[in-house]
Amino acid sequence: MKKLLSIFAVVAFAFSAHAGTLDDVKNRGFLKCGVTTGLAGFAAPDDSGEWAGLDADMCRAVAVAVFGDRSKVEFITTTGKSRFPTLASGEVDMLARNTTWTISRDVNLGFEFVGVNFYDGQGFMVPSALGVSSATELDGATVCIQTGTTTELNLADFFRLNGISYEALPIETNDEGKENLFAGRCDVYTTDASGLSSTRAAASNPDKWVVLPEIISKEPLGPLVRHGDHQWGDVVRWSLNAMIIAEELGITSENVDAQMSSNVPEVLRLLGVEGNYGEMLELSNDWAYQIIKQIGNYSESYEANVGPDTPLEIARGLNALWTQGGILYAPPFR
Amino acid sequence: MRSNLGFFSDEKFRSIFFQTLVVGLFALGLFFVISTTSYNLEKRNIATGWSFLQNPAGFDISFSPFLEFKSTDTHLKVYFVGVLNTLLVSVTGCIAATILGFILGIVRLSSNWLLSRLVYIYVEFSRNVPLLLQIILWYSILIQLPRVKQSLQVLDVFYISNRGLYSPRPIFESGFSYVSIAILLALISSFLINRWAKKRQDKTGQQFPVFSSSIGLIFIVPLILFFILGSPLSFEHPELKGFNFKGGLVIRPEFIAMFLALSIYTAAFISEIVRAGIMSVSKGQREASAAIGLKQTWIMRLIIIPQALRVIVPPLTSQYLNLTKNSSLGIAVGYADLVHGFGGISLNQTGQAIECMAIVMATYLSISLTISFFMNIYNRSIQFKEK
Repeated sequence: MKKLLSIFAVVAFAFSAHAGTLDDVKNRGFLKCGVTTGLAGFAAPDDSGEWAGLDADMCRAVAVAVFGDRSKVEFITTTGKSRFPTLASGEVDMLARNTTWTISRDVNLGFEFVGVNFYDGQGFMVPSALGVSSATELDGATVCIQTGTTTELNLADFFRLNGISYEALPIETNDEGKENLFAGRCDVYTTDASGLSSTRAAASNPDKWVVLPEIISKEPLGPLVRHGDHQWGDVVRWSLNAMIIAEELGITSENVDAQMSSNVPEVLRLLGVEGNYGEMLELSNDWAYQIIKQIGNYSESYEANVGPDTPLEIARGLNALWTQGGILYAPPFR
Repeated sequence: MRSNLGFFSDEKFRSIFFQTLVVGLFALGLFFVISTTSYNLEKRNIATGWSFLQNPAGFDISFSPFLEFKSTDTHLKVYFVGVLNTLLVSVTGCIAATILGFILGIVRLSSNWLLSRLVYIYVEFSRNVPLLLQIILWYSILIQLPRVKQSLQVLDVFYISNRGLYSPRPIFESGFSYVSIAILLALISSFLINRWAKKRQDKTGQQFPVFSSSIGLIFIVPLILFFILGSPLSFEHPELKGFNFKGGLVIRPEFIAMFLALSIYTAAFISEIVRAGIMSVSKGQREASAAIGLKQTWIMRLIIIPQALRVIVPPLTSQYLNLTKNSSLGIAVGYADLVHGFGGISLNQTGQAIECMAIVMATYLSISLTISFFMNIYNRSIQFKEK
């Protein structure tokens, strides 16, 4: 009996004892990153089957910070509903999945949002043939809505506030939303405006769809980790900040080698020429250099994935640097 | 050592020892699961408790035929809407699967080669393709129906589109209650006539036309009353206004897909059970009843089916349980059942995964036990009574 108890004690210890996530990731040899089931521009497999997008770049940046190698990521797809249990159970090390930072998720669910990599807001998309020009004209419409999201709650609030009725058609993934909208099962699709642009870009004839002008909510989307592991939270937070600071300082993947001999102190600190910020994070000292070299700064990632030259055609807007009329802002690197 | 062995060779001691050991291990395992869970919940700062049930849901559920649901209602009401929707699709599915299953089971045994082969193909197809695929197949077909503005019009009053089937809604005006009372009285008196006729037949052998007189009572009498009272019934017709049809009754494609898939899938199993039941009745029974000159339909109704039911009902009960549990696949097409609404959306909006799942599991358990309870009563009533 004693032996049995000691076996149980060992098993219990193995289950509950938690080394830091950073050590787990290092020991495993790759990062497990939770992403969407496929949202072009944010995280979706490209023509060669590689995951690409703003969120995918976020995952890769963290992998580069830890391993110096952008390929050391396993992308794990999650739905709006499965994402939180997947993160809480330790199935993934972090989520970069169009997830809105709210108080209840931050506090009650036991997660930690480490920053914002896209400032979004909820919008509506309808067929242009309907001739609707404002969301307040949608009385009686059938609305496709992803369940388990903040947009679901905003939608109910918006229609209640405006005293108009709607019929909700609950869906699980963006693809289901597309299918139902394109088949005419619902009149309206509502999600984050960026998601609408992505859906519209995927339509056979994007001109047949129009995104209505109303933005009915704040949706700050960002990466998140489990609450309580501050060391790991710091690694993810500063991987994002490094990309933003690099844009501020004008460092790009092309000129990063030349910048190594810059005379700007913050550039030298960021690239690891001066100071030992990498060591503080328990990373190599050139971690930020590697991120910029292999992924690029925030602007490069934005322009390549969701910017005006991509099918999504999303202008920088709120996501421009604070010095350029947006609200993108990272704390100083010192 | 010796005495120890002596204890172990004692059968009574051994059985008590091992039973205690098994119960002890089970309790230990349970304790381990619960303590690990609560430890980890606490460590990750995840709040627990039941108070979230009283919080407003914040989201809308459109498919709620029995209760009006608004986004300001509580999660508890989400639960009730879910339970009702689960029951709706389960009950209608069980009824349809039983009827279809009985017909197919009997047809399968028919001497018509083509008919019985067709049923064979149907059974093998629908019970060998995963149910989830069948649900998605039906839904994909249904949303390819015409759009709402190009709805198919049937008989001038029904509209079919990929938003569902719209039909007129009956509106009962004052005076209709007399008609309802008349129907109720007719039903009771038909039942009494049936009993009286049976008794008389047992005593005298004389038959009474129960069926036609019941039809007369139930349909003709209320119908005459209905016209005397000046037809106190009108219909609200669905009308295309703005985005959707307004008014009328509507059956949504999500429900139709679930209903069709569940009943067709389960009917395949039931038809095999019915076939097995009928075949379990020995051939001599049929031949003997034919020899005393009973009609074919009577042989089936009075001799074969009552004996077959004894074999049919126990496995039929587990098919009802299966169908009810399978209705949890509604999430695949957005049917707002218990798992989708309360076990999915509420769970996700509140983050109370363990509480929500525990409630959902307890609910399915209760529904299943209730079905078993009533089916067991029915089963006892049809078993062979030894006198």
